[in-house]
Parts: sequence; structure tokens; C-alpha cells
Amino acid sequence: MSVVNVHTPEVPVREVRLNSITGFFGSARELVGCSHARKVREQTRSFTQGMMCSSTAAFCQLSMIIDAAVINHAPIGCAGDFPQFHVTYRIGQMERGLPPLLGHYYNSNITESDTVFGAAEKLAQVIRQVYRRAQPKAIFVTTSCASGIIGDDIEGTVKDAQAELGIPVIACVCEGFRSKIWTSGFDSAYHSVVRGLVKPPRQKTKKINIINFWGSHIFEELLEPLGYEVNYILPFSTVAQLQWVSESAATIQICPTLGSYFGAALEQIYKVPEIKAPPAYGLAGTDRWLRELGDVLGVRDEVEKLIVREHARIKPRLALYRKKFEGKTAYLTAGAAHGHAIIALLRELGFYVKGAAIFHHDPLYDNEDPTSDALAQNIRLYGDITNYSVCNKQAYEIVNLLTRYRPDILVARHGGMAHWGAKLGIPSFLVDDEQFGFGYQGILNYGERIEDTLNNREYLANFAAKSVSPYTKWWLEQEPYCFLGGEARVEAY
Amino acid sequence: MSRRTEARQGIEVAGALSASSEIGNKTNSLPAGMDAAPNALPQPLSSLPKPPHSALIEWPRYSCALGAQQTVVAIRRAVPILHSGPGCSTKVQALIGQGEGYAGGSTIPCTNAGEAEVIYGGEERLREVIDGSLQVIDADLYVVLTGCTTDIVGDDTASVVGNYQFEGRPIVFAETGGFKSNNYVSHELVVNNIINQYVDPKRDDGKIRAGLVNVFASVPYQDPFWNGNLEEYKRILEGVGFEVNILFGEDSDGIAEWLTIPEAQANIVIGAWTGLDIARHLKECYGTPFVHFPYFPIGARDTTTFLRQVLDAVNPNERGRARAEAFIRREERKFYAHIDTLMDFLLEFRYALPRRLYTLLDASYALGFTRFLLNEVGIIPARQFVCDNTPEQYRDEIQERFLEVSHLGLHTAEVTFLTDAGLAHDLIRLDAGIDPAAHNAALERGINVGGSGSGSDGSRSLIVGSSWERQLAADIGADLFIASVPLVYKLVLGATIVGYRGGIRIVEDLYTKVLDTFR
Repeated sequence: MSVVNVHTPEVPVREVRLNSITGFFGSARELVGCSHARKVREQTRSFTQGMMCSSTAAFCQLSMIIDAAVINHAPIGCAGDFPQFHVTYRIGQMERGLPPLLGHYYNSNITESDTVFGAAEKLAQVIRQVYRRAQPKAIFVTTSCASGIIGDDIEGTVKDAQAELGIPVIACVCEGFRSKIWTSGFDSAYHSVVRGLVKPPRQKTKKINIINFWGSHIFEELLEPLGYEVNYILPFSTVAQLQWVSESAATIQICPTLGSYFGAALEQIYKVPEIKAPPAYGLAGTDRWLRELGDVLGVRDEVEKLIVREHARIKPRLALYRKKFEGKTAYLTAGAAHGHAIIALLRELGFYVKGAAIFHHDPLYDNEDPTSDALAQNIRLYGDITNYSVCNKQAYEIVNLLTRYRPDILVARHGGMAHWGAKLGIPSFLVDDEQFGFGYQGILNYGERIEDTLNNREYLANFAAKSVSPYTKWWLEQEPYCFLGGEARVEAY
Repeated sequence: MSRRTEARQGIEVAGALSASSEIGNKTNSLPAGMDAAPNALPQPLSSLPKPPHSALIEWPRYSCALGAQQTVVAIRRAVPILHSGPGCSTKVQALIGQGEGYAGGSTIPCTNAGEAEVIYGGEERLREVIDGSLQVIDADLYVVLTGCTTDIVGDDTASVVGNYQFEGRPIVFAETGGFKSNNYVSHELVVNNIINQYVDPKRDDGKIRAGLVNVFASVPYQDPFWNGNLEEYKRILEGVGFEVNILFGEDSDGIAEWLTIPEAQANIVIGAWTGLDIARHLKECYGTPFVHFPYFPIGARDTTTFLRQVLDAVNPNERGRARAEAFIRREERKFYAHIDTLMDFLLEFRYALPRRLYTLLDASYALGFTRFLLNEVGIIPARQFVCDNTPEQYRDEIQERFLEVSHLGLHTAEVTFLTDAGLAHDLIRLDAGIDPAAHNAALERGINVGGSGSGSDGSRSLIVGSSWERQLAADIGADLFIASVPLVYKLVLGATIVGYRGGIRIVEDLYTKVLDTFR
């Protein structure tokens, strides 16, 4: 298991900590084999398009802690992600019946003279102002390329501020240039929470941590009858709630790419067991996940009854969907573990997955347990995926592939991707809520969404006939991975 | 009021001021229309000395220098190539870009500079990405923009791009490291660099085309209505007899149009300050004179003033002028036919309509909205906040113009320059009798708080600002018209809110929203 070290201000990025990669094309079986043999090598692209950076991933997790404030220590452009998470926060409040709260987000406006003289003193001032203005219970300071390269002493500044103000003031080291895998920013956010907020348990409770984004609240229905209380983190939690995540009975991941580090840290430091089975997507995947949950919580018998009941409930409709989707093809592009979940769902529903472009690949998660590998489980249950690519939102590759494959449906998990399906007249949809496809009901939810999407084609056909593409004819005739490589092929195992 | 609250009012506002340079220090007069304020609270901004240094920004509404990627995206068939960190492009678009355009958003090539490029330099990576862009992206112009990483490390972008220019490739570059400025300023830099590096070398002779004008108005995407606004400027300037290089958006001919920039008889700058450096630059290069109209003209009054100022300066012949005046008469006739309907509504509607105006906008829009809503619609200015980090040298002049907003000389508008809109929110809440700190504390305890600014006491306010003002508007019972980024709660496709048509559009959208608040 990779060792969680809360004594350093920063957690090593995924490239270093997990040997994660952003470039690969081949079969999924080959990738998993290499990964488990620790032989996977990064391949780089000579031509690349913009992606996303760690600071956005960190902010995504920190920005919805109800009584905390976030200071983005950066030039003003780095605050460009404030509005998108603020609206997510506000709509999430509506869904949860919370009052209309405002996010406490601030930027320290690093300017040219700061890059010469340093901006640490300015940051100290900003922290004081934010403390007075927002009266937060904790302040997180996220770093930027600019603050990182000029070498501001963020750690010293936040320590002094914490002593002065008497609330946790915590650095979250998440400079964009440090990692090509933006999920490193999730690790940064969790590292700052574990280092700066979480306290040793007073006693164990019947709470279960659910590391998630801002998905729907589906876990109450499952866990409350078993005598447990759900604790959704980090979005919509409070500082006090986060201080005691160490007391929980277990940690559930909605997506191990998201919570890999947090889950492992809580288990290593505070002995909170992490459910290691890949999250419950697809029939067999859900069976497996539930059984592990039953074992950890000591409620295996109840779980077995639930499995029987739920199979009986969903199978008739599932059979209808399978018949309907038989022979249809799908392509998807998504983040790692959730992408694997979508592959399972599509195959469960009878689609042939022609290919997948997954944003990065973690050979193994922080728990270093091969049983957590959702892609490996996918191959065991449903067979190999021959056109599996690891591709960090490189739209040009995806457009090339979609033009070639012409799937019946495109499923995307991030912005800027589904649009390309529409331009080609391919029915497409974007998944926002991970919980939407979770568990047995999730399979049916997907079936319904796909049925609706496939059924709604007039506007797409109309648009596709008129839309323009910025890609050259030359490019669309090339092999999709001709800019990938250069350094090394994946070693055969 | 709790002790904590008092401390916050005293210290917080003063503390924030001491670290911000954006606050105007000349606005001592009580703002017009403020007598209706339900609670006479101190005017902390006016009495404090000018602070030396700017820091904290809450509710940001412009981007960094790299935000000029959207300037490039707005040129038809042009593509930015970013030599920057991996997240910059997405963050710029998240704040100011609605839609990907032709080659923006997920299409934008980027070196995604990492540790290696920061330590060893990124010039080789830049060459790789330029090579790929030329092969993969079908564009007429490629514009290399640098980010913080590149500009701090000091890559020689000029020489990398210079080699491609030498080979005759349509490519230019600009140093837009985020910390260097903001996207209002870098917009001018990028336009000037395109002129210097691409347009000028292709200029064959010094000929001038009579009647051809270049228009420099909205900063694309920073003005969310840029596309429709530029269409309206082109329409009305063509209407009075000019041939128009509008340069950005769907009504432009793209690069072909840019190549004729040096042939223009005159340049027209519309706006408080952005664009002036482009016009000065063109005057220096080609001797082209320029006309400066210092705010966005909204509605017939200001649009006609604008057109006449241009016509007087650019001096068309008698017959041309007569045709131009005929166009203006026709536009005014149509406009006031609609305003006639508005009068009917305003004067006969029996329930509260917004009567006091707050703006949180850039200088060009703040002046334009204040003038239009006062002189044509009857909404009196309360406080105006100019949030575009206006350069110091333009502030006095802008302030003067706020004193002259009324065509009868009856009202003036108090203006405050600030970039930290959090302060503006606090002041507007204070005006409505809400203590901002108590308000936040109540929200945190789950208590909904409303102000006294709403409804039947006749003081219903209008805020023209961004989506950041949504909760503020709800709290004080004000109506919100979104005319600034971020746009979260508004979808803008091709609408115009300037010129003759824009005035009508604003009135329709505004009162449709107002009417929608009644049961």
C-alpha cells in the first residue's frame, strides 16, 4: 500500500505515486495485464489539446464544504472555475432542501509585481480579510502554477494565519503544471482535509462515509434499514462533520478514481475500512459490491436476501431493454473508474462497446488491491474491449474515432465531448450524477435514458447536416493514434 | 446587532479597502435617487483614502491575460494555440465562454506545460504542438498565446513562432501570461499583434478605401452579447453608408476582412477605454484617424448621437449625409413606436416596477445602461460599480460622464471603481437595510433573510450585473438583468443589447422578467 504521509504539505502526484498514465491504445486486457505486472509505461502525444488541471479538481471538492472558505492563490484567470461549481452548489442545495447559501470563494489576484517580489505577504492579508468577511470555520488555500513557480511559502503563511485566527487554515498544493492527471487534484484536496481537519476518533459510530461528488442521495435507502447512517463527503458536508470522518464504520467510494487517496488514508491512519470491491455498476458488479459491504458491516444475510429480491424486481425490464438494444453499438469517453462503470452498464444492457476513451489509467489504486480494479472485473465479467484508449480529453482523437466507428450512441462524462457526437448526428448524452447508474436500479435508469436518447434524433440529423468541423480532411483520414507514442510502447507481459 | 457584526462592519470594510486599489476616492456626493433608501447608513467608500495595493477578489467577472484566447476564437476560422498549463483554456472558457465557436473549447491546442517544460523549457513542445495544429486544425489564422508557466520560465516564443512566419505560415503570437494583465487589456495586445505580425506584412500598397471603417467595440465573449452587438453596429453603420470591417463574429468575413484593416478611412472605437490602444496603434502605423464614442450606445438617443458623431468626423458628402439622416429617421420612428407601447405599460401598470438602478458592469456598459434606463425608460441611478479594473488614466473622464448621464441635467450617478464585487454586494445590502454579516450568519443557520427593498414601498430596485448577483437580488427584492459574465443563469445566442434594436430587446427582456415575478 502506498504510504500516506500527512507530515508533508503535499501528496505526490499520481504519475509518481501510482505510476498512472494518460496515453495508451490497445486492448483493455493488455492494459490490465501490464498494470498488475507493474509494467505499464506512459505514452505521450506530440500534438495535444487543452485538458483540465488539478486545481479545478481540488476546488471541485473543497468548494461545497458549507462553512469553509476557499482562497485561490493565483492570477484572476484561475478563478474561472468558480461559477460552474457555485451553480452546482446552489442547485445541490435545492435538491437537498438547504437554504440558499453562497459559496465563499476568493482569489488573491497575483499580478506581475507579485511574480517578482513574491505574494506570501499579500496572501496573509487576504486570509485575514476572508476570515472577517466570511467568518468561516476553516480556510483552504489552493495554489497555482504562478504561486508554485515563484516559490511562495504557502505552508509558513497558513501556519501563521492559523495561529493568529484560531481556525484551521490549510494549504492545498495543486499547481496545474505538476501533473497531467487532473485527478491528482482530488488527492490534494483530501490530503489537506486529512492533514488539517480530521481528528483521531473519540469512539466508533454507525456512520458510513460516502466519498462522492454531488450525486443523488441513494444510499439512505440501502444503509438505514441495516442500522447505519450515511455521511456524504466532501460536498455539502460541514467542517465539524469532516473532523470526525475518522469515527465511521466504513468508507464507500462512488468512484475510486475520486476517493482512492482519501479512502486509503482513512483506513491507514484511522482504521476505517474501505469497501474495496469496484462500485456497484451492472448486475454482477452490484452483487459483488453488496456482498463485500455485507461482510464488512456484518449483515451478509440481509444482503443476500436483498440481492434475490432486487434481481427478481429488475430482471423483467432488463430483458426488455436487452432485446431492444441487441446489436447496437456504443462508444464512451469518461474518467477512469466511472468510465469502467459505464462500460459495465452498457454491456449489461446489451450494447456492443466498440471502444472507449478513458481520461487516464491508475494501474492500481492507493490500496494496491487488485480486487479494486474495475476494468479487470469488467473483462472477467463481459470480455475484453479491443479498442481501449487512455486519452485525456483529446477531442481530435475522439472525433477521428467517432467518424470511423459511427456508434449508435455516445456516452460522455465530461464537458466538451458530447457535442462532437451531435455534430456527427450520433445520439449522445452526458452523465453528471454517478449515483444515477448505481446499483440495480441504476441499470434500469440507464436503459431508460438510452432509450429516450436513441428515440430523439430529428434535431440531431438536422444539425449534423449543417454543422461545421474545424478538423482537416487529412486528419480524419489518418490513423487516430498517429500522434501517440514516441517514447515507448506498453511492454507485453 | 451582535458584537461580531459590529466588528465586521467597522473592520471588514476598512480592512478590505486598505488592500484594494480599485476604489474611487472622488465620489463624495450622495448618489441621485438615494433618498428612497430605507435605511440611512454610512457611506464608507467615499470617506476613506485611496489604498495602495490590490488583492482580494470575490465574485470575479473578468479573466486573466490569457482570456484573450476568446478574442481569437471570435475571429472566424482562427484558432488559438496555448503554450500554457493544462487547465488554463478550460478555466477561461468556464468564466467567459458560452459555446465553443469554430475552434474554441475542447478544440484549442495546448502544450499542457508540465514539470519538464517548467524546468527544461518548453520550446520543443511548442514546436510539436504547432506542427500538429497546422496539420489537424483547418484554420486561416493560428495565434500562439503564452500562459504563466511559459512567461515566468522565459521560453523564447518569438523565435519559435518566427520560424513558422518565415516559412509563410499564417501564425502570430502574443505574451499573455495570466498575471500580466486581464483580458480587457490583452484583447488589445492580441489584436495589435495580429496586425503587426500578419496583416502588415501582407499589405501591398498604401491605398485608402473611402467609406471603409474598422470597428473596435465589444471584447468578444467578455461582452456576452458581443456577436449580436457587433451585428447591430455593422447594420447601423452600413445603414448610414459605411462599408464596415466588424472583424469578429458571424457577420465578419474573417481573415480577408482583417487584411483590409490598413485601407480603412477611419477607425471607430466604441467603449470607455478598451480599443483605444488599437486605434492609437493604427494611427501610428497607417495614419488612420479614429473616432471614440466612450460608452455602449443603447436605445435611439445614444445610438443616433453615436452615428452623428461618426458622420461628422468621417465627413461624407452631402448626398451621403442625406441618406444617412433618412436611415436615422426610419430607425428612430420604429424605435419610438415601440417605446410608445412601453409608455403605455409603464404609466398604467398598477404594481411596483423597478425604479432604482444598480450596475456592476464594465465602464462601457455601466454608462450605456445608466444613460439608457434613465433617459428612455425612467429608472433612476442609485450606485454604479465599475468592475473592469479601469486603468487609472481613464477614471476621471469616466467619472465626469457619470455626472452627465441625464439629458436634462437632473440626475448624476455615483460611480465606484472596484474589482472586488464582494464590497459592492455589501454596500447594496446596506442600502436595503440588510447587515451583510448578519445576513451570512443567518443563512448559515438556515434562516432565509429578505430585505426591505422589495415591492410596494416604491423602492424596488434593478440590478444590471452578472449571475453572481442572483442571491443579492433575491435578498433585497430586486430584479436582475444579466449583462455581464459569468452567465450561469442566461443563455445568449445572437441577441443584441446595443443600438436601436438592443434598446427594444432590453426593455422586452427586463419587463418580461419583472412581470414573471407576480403571481
